[in-house]
Amino acid sequence: MADKKTITIAIMDAPYENARSTTTLRLIDLAAKRGYNINVFAYEGAVLQPFAAQTPHANAVHGRSVEEENHFIPKDAIAALMREAERNGGKIDWVNCGLCVDERGATDAIPGVRRGSPADFWQMAEASDNTLVIATR
Amino acid sequence: MKTLSIVENAYRATIEEQDDTIVWIHGAMKGAGADRAVLLRGNAVNYLVQRQDAGGLAFGDWRQTQPPRIASDLAALAAKGVDICYVAEDVAERGIERNELINSAQPVARGAVAELLGRYDRVSYW
Repeated sequence: MADKKTITIAIMDAPYENARSTTTLRLIDLAAKRGYNINVFAYEGAVLQPFAAQTPHANAVHGRSVEEENHFIPKDAIAALMREAERNGGKIDWVNCGLCVDERGATDAIPGVRRGSPADFWQMAEASDNTLVIATR
Repeated sequence: MKTLSIVENAYRATIEEQDDTIVWIHGAMKGAGADRAVLLRGNAVNYLVQRQDAGGLAFGDWRQTQPPRIASDLAALAAKGVDICYVAEDVAERGIERNELINSAQPVARGAVAELLGRYDRVSYW
């Protein structure tokens, strides 16, 4: 594809903390629908976004069972985005900052997530049409 | 012990949580017997608007089926006996009409907030 784009997104926020996480996933979704190659560098708390041990729960306050609640699980959304990218001829290369992973004990990530370093972010950004940093505040 | 919670930080992670966690925790505490009330101020007054709709989020083949319904959550909280009030000027400054809000929330003038706080044993600022 002549017009295939590659973008790099850096994300820093941990899941369930800020609307920036959802916004980031929505931007990735748009790029995946367009068949872009998408690099994600997860830094600091964002390495927990694809953490494999995330588990849905029932919600007594809502009065819903675990099935009814169908809780938003970021790792599942990320896996769905990876499938969406592949369906459209692109791919998501999700790199978790290794030191950030170690600090948080977040070693168990979903398939498709790899361990990396800030050097990966630099190299991905160099090889991309554009880079978007979604910094925490 | 009567405690008033002031909620100001709005829409922080409501899509992921499928609710506002501070509104939610008050439902849980009320269920455990706590005597709590909620004052919404700042951007959080928008939580009271009935017509807000966060539905439709999808990532690839994943669909959110239970988006946050915070106005309904607050109405449910009020139905459980939690007093819900809001700073009237914060609603007006955002161009929100009172008839857009859930019925069970009561306005408090900004100048009357200090007196309101004085009616409670403790105040928690979330």
